[in-house]
Amino acid sequence: MRRGLRSALAVAAATVLGLTAGCSGGGNDSGKPVTLKFLSLAWQKDSLAANKRLVTEWNKANPKIQVQYVQGSWDNVNDQLVTSFEGGDPPDVIHDDSSALAGFAGQGYLADLTKLIPTGLKNDIPDAAWGTATFDGQGGQGIYGVPFLQESQVILANKKMLDAAKVRIPTSGDPWTWDEFQQISKKLTVGKRYGIAWPLKSPVNKVLNLSLNFGGTFFQTSGGKTTVKVGPQEKEVLQRIHDQLYKDKTADPSTLGMGTTDPLPGFYAGRYAMVPAGIYLRQQVVEQAPSGFQWVTIPPLKGQTTQQGAISQTLSVAADSKHPKEAMQFISWFLNGQHQVDLAKGDWLIPTSKTAAQDPTLTTDKYGWNVATASAKSLILAPYLKVNGFDEFKSKVATPVLQSYFANKITIDQLAQKLTQDGDKVLERYNK
Amino acid sequence: MKTTLKYAGLLGYLVFLVFPLLWLLSTAFKTPREMATLHPRWIPHHPTLRNFSDAFAAQDLTGSALRSLIVAVSVAVLTVAIALPAAYALARRRSVLNRIAIGWVLVSQVFPVVLIIIPLFIILRRLDLVNTLPGLVLVHVTFVLPFALWMLQGYVRGVPRELEEAAAVDGAGRIRTLVNVVAPLLAPGVVAALLFSFISSWNEFFFALVILKDPDKATLPLTLVKFTGAEQAARLGPLAAASLLATVPSLVFFAIIQRRLRSGLTAGAVKG
Repeated sequence: MRRGLRSALAVAAATVLGLTAGCSGGGNDSGKPVTLKFLSLAWQKDSLAANKRLVTEWNKANPKIQVQYVQGSWDNVNDQLVTSFEGGDPPDVIHDDSSALAGFAGQGYLADLTKLIPTGLKNDIPDAAWGTATFDGQGGQGIYGVPFLQESQVILANKKMLDAAKVRIPTSGDPWTWDEFQQISKKLTVGKRYGIAWPLKSPVNKVLNLSLNFGGTFFQTSGGKTTVKVGPQEKEVLQRIHDQLYKDKTADPSTLGMGTTDPLPGFYAGRYAMVPAGIYLRQQVVEQAPSGFQWVTIPPLKGQTTQQGAISQTLSVAADSKHPKEAMQFISWFLNGQHQVDLAKGDWLIPTSKTAAQDPTLTTDKYGWNVATASAKSLILAPYLKVNGFDEFKSKVATPVLQSYFANKITIDQLAQKLTQDGDKVLERYNK
Repeated sequence: MKTTLKYAGLLGYLVFLVFPLLWLLSTAFKTPREMATLHPRWIPHHPTLRNFSDAFAAQDLTGSALRSLIVAVSVAVLTVAIALPAAYALARRRSVLNRIAIGWVLVSQVFPVVLIIIPLFIILRRLDLVNTLPGLVLVHVTFVLPFALWMLQGYVRGVPRELEEAAAVDGAGRIRTLVNVVAPLLAPGVVAALLFSFISSWNEFFFALVILKDPDKATLPLTLVKFTGAEQAARLGPLAAASLLATVPSLVFFAIIQRRLRSGLTAGAVKG
């Protein structure tokens, strides 16, 4: 729906624009302080505080480059941005995520930062993370954002139940395999209690990211043409989740329609022993769990590897910004190692900065920070980020088909057939 | 029996309508732990005001409420000021042109906002009204006006022509007839139009999102959404507390003018 609205906005914009070119004038008068608008999407209490504090610090230290903090919302940021881009009045520094950058870069809305990024910052962030912000823009491939926070998929588990079932608590160096996880789910399923709850209201990104455990990429590109691929590697995770629901009966089917946070009350109440979750969900557990509730963070599962698809939160510079150099200067300072520690803690996510990842507060075992931070090494570029038309494929084809499959209405072969046939039809339009 | 069923149905409908408000009220006073229990309770076990203090600490609720109030009152007054004479003309002067105008008013309601938002943005930008409250008022009036006009037109039709003719016979001029005879009888319609315009503007989100850029210009709906994050996650406690406060002005406004909504003011006006 959101993506549809955004596409509609972009189409509407394209048809009416051209009239407004040259509306904005002016330049950087030397000596006059520059004001940068920074659209931030921080929303959690600590993250909001960290963002505001950093901006205040910057403004105090840099009277000639002042930053105006503007808080946006994840829910509608892309609609807001399309209008701003087309109206020629976008924020200078934009907080968003990789999946939005691909489209915006292609439309020429964002500045290519390749030559602006200082070496220190470039070296502090691993290449795999830079990959999540590297896209084809109008002037060729470039870096359209600085990646700074990432999310991995872990499992939150009830510690007392694991101990009672005499289950090995895995470590990042010795994680559970999927086979082990399925066995343990059986052990933890007792009476009315299920071993696991799979909230799959929005199943696509979750399944695609996890499928990389078995090398499942779901897309293949040949001769510049991208098509959908559902082979044995792609079927692994799908089949295993399905088995837990209907064969092993270790997963509660009533959680299928739930969003990510919805199973938490059942988790606290002991209805499910484990909940697959993005690492940020730890914050809610800390805040909401009843006193005495003991829980552990289980590292990413291992198939052939522990690899997962990653997207990053990013800071970009608008192509229309009159002060790209100053904007990059601010970004570079804002995302240095120490600041990334504060931002990561505020959002309960993983920093991309190698310096930040070594900070003792992010490697402590308290609240599973050590597991969360170590899971960064499992993150690789999510293949779907580079697929033109993925948004439409996701909303029109993949979401309903996966929901039908997990509701046990179609078989895995029917799922594969629908994903490839209907998916290819969608992607074909974007391949032209 | 029939009456009992009717009342039971009405009660059910009332509960259906009030439920979200009561849930909001209950959530606003709950701790995060109580919000995440498997068996939620209506009355919080450990009521807290922390959600309110958190909401005020995180966002400029007072400022944005004040701006929303300024915008909504301006929209309500302007809409009625424009719609009332227009509605009178449409209802009383019957011509082909008027019928076309009324049809057009209805048709204008079916355009999706997404189709016009960017042209609208560009127009506002040329008028230097982007990022201004007057710009938002202008847009809200434009969008509220057709329905208010349609609604008021129905009320004007409900005022018997004979009253105006009687006033004319008694020597009242057209203006005097309108001001002293017709306008008072339209009070319920005017109140309804005011209410509709006020609430539409008070709750409106998308235009405000696109038009207002600076945080110190944000209206209340823009501020409320800042308590939500990605993947349907939200700071539920502060959000509920702030939303509860946001409903208060609408309720107060409604309470003040609802007496005026009573119908039947014209009953018996042309008898004897």
